[in-house]
Amino acid sequence: MTNLVEIANLNFGYNSRLVLKGINLTVPKGSLVAIMGLSGCGKTTLLRLMGGQLRASEGTVTVAGEKLNDLSQAELYRFRRKLGMLFQFGALFTDLSVFDNVAFQMREHTDLSETFIQDLTLLKLNAVGLRGMHHMMPSELSGGMARRVALARAIALDPQLMLYDEPFTGLDPISLGVIGQLIRKLNDTLGTTSVLVTHDVQESLKIVDYIYFVSDGVIVAQGTPDEIRGSDLPFVHQFIWGEMDGPMPFHYPAQSLKHDLELMGG
Amino acid sequence: MTNIVSGIRIVGDRTLKIVERIGAIASFLFSILIHSAASFKRFSLTIREVYFAGVQSLIIILVSGLFVGMVLGLQGHETLQRYGSEDSVGVLVALSLVRELGPVVSALLFASRAGSAITAEIGLMKATEQLSAMEMMAVNPISRVVAPRFWGGVISLPLLALLFSAMGIIGGYLIAVVLIGVDSGSFWSQMQSAVDFEHDIVNGIIKSLVFGVAISAIATFEGYEAPPTAEGVSGATTRTVVSSSLAVLALDLVLTAFMLKGWN
Repeated sequence: MTNLVEIANLNFGYNSRLVLKGINLTVPKGSLVAIMGLSGCGKTTLLRLMGGQLRASEGTVTVAGEKLNDLSQAELYRFRRKLGMLFQFGALFTDLSVFDNVAFQMREHTDLSETFIQDLTLLKLNAVGLRGMHHMMPSELSGGMARRVALARAIALDPQLMLYDEPFTGLDPISLGVIGQLIRKLNDTLGTTSVLVTHDVQESLKIVDYIYFVSDGVIVAQGTPDEIRGSDLPFVHQFIWGEMDGPMPFHYPAQSLKHDLELMGG
Repeated sequence: MTNIVSGIRIVGDRTLKIVERIGAIASFLFSILIHSAASFKRFSLTIREVYFAGVQSLIIILVSGLFVGMVLGLQGHETLQRYGSEDSVGVLVALSLVRELGPVVSALLFASRAGSAITAEIGLMKATEQLSAMEMMAVNPISRVVAPRFWGGVISLPLLALLFSAMGIIGGYLIAVVLIGVDSGSFWSQMQSAVDFEHDIVNGIIKSLVFGVAISAIATFEGYEAPPTAEGVSGATTRTVVSSSLAVLALDLVLTAFMLKGWN
């Protein structure tokens, strides 16, 4: 199986602070891969590097045969037509209706007739179960529905690579399950390759093919869901089972309690 | 001595920041201009912004114009009658409005009403990742979001300024002719002979075009560069109103000086 995404010896930092260090990662075509880790560990940065929103300080990011480091702004825009991205809270255009949101890319990038765009848009909305809401505005949707509309918009032009940034955040259990199943179903039926950034362990383990664990900018573990569930690495164990203490300590580093209480005059 | 040095350092630092910001706005304006093709090819995008920035500012512009004209009528009549030339009140009202008050006051109102709205809208689109989403869909936000709003503002302001002046003249007529009893024929005929189309009306339109460019560039820039937080957007909105108002007043001085000298 060939790889759609290949990241080699990647270093990335904001100013002098390195956020990602020596990342090597591959995503085979047709697979659904999760990148997991604690908040602030660099996983969203990794996703943005794959989408060309950020450029690697060192190393290479190759997506669909294009080395993103070398692309000009115009080439980057052309490359992004191969991508779809679902943002954390959907990022629907609030001044456009559900229908116009999904039709947006078709109108911007194709010469399709309005009748054809209408049919395609309704089919995309049907795929996420919201054809009946095409006339509504984003402000009238629940969080889960907005996420589904954003998903329909992201797949509007049948992208080669789908990027999901925390798609489960803030959803009720039913919406969460629906989004999870839709991500898997759309990946398989459209023949897309998907990268999912999340810290929702239980939902992700149900749907993904492979997992990379990032901690403090480094890949600390990787494997299939079964391998991850059975992992005896302390960090992975703490993360998967939500343990309070472990390699990630409960207490933020500080002086001794006695010292601080004396300081406060206690 | 140390205080003086640190004072000079602060002044220098602030001056540099202001110059840097003006440079950033100029560079942003250049970027808007080279990404403006879509705003004209798909003119409906710009027309939509003319509606939001222009049509929705109509009420405040028309009402303000009427009141300003009424006040001019009252003040003008009061002053001119001392010299026995109260029949010239129409000239005073028309020239004040067409040359100065129409372009300047409508620009200040436009900056507060539409400029702040443009900044807040673009800033919130950024904060809610709508601009990032657009970039990821291979659509340039400058071309799709910023440029139509910029041109919407540039087209709207001269039209609003003309309407402001027209309403002001009606206000002046209501006070001077209907209320005080100045001769209607003198009011209109003196105005007609004194107001020159090229020197007064066209120069007024040029002023409001320049103000439209300045306000729209500042409003879109502040929105686009706003930190993506509630505090960031609110700060950007305030900066739009303050910077636009100061820019309008400063540009008005420069333009008036050139116009009075006849651009030579």
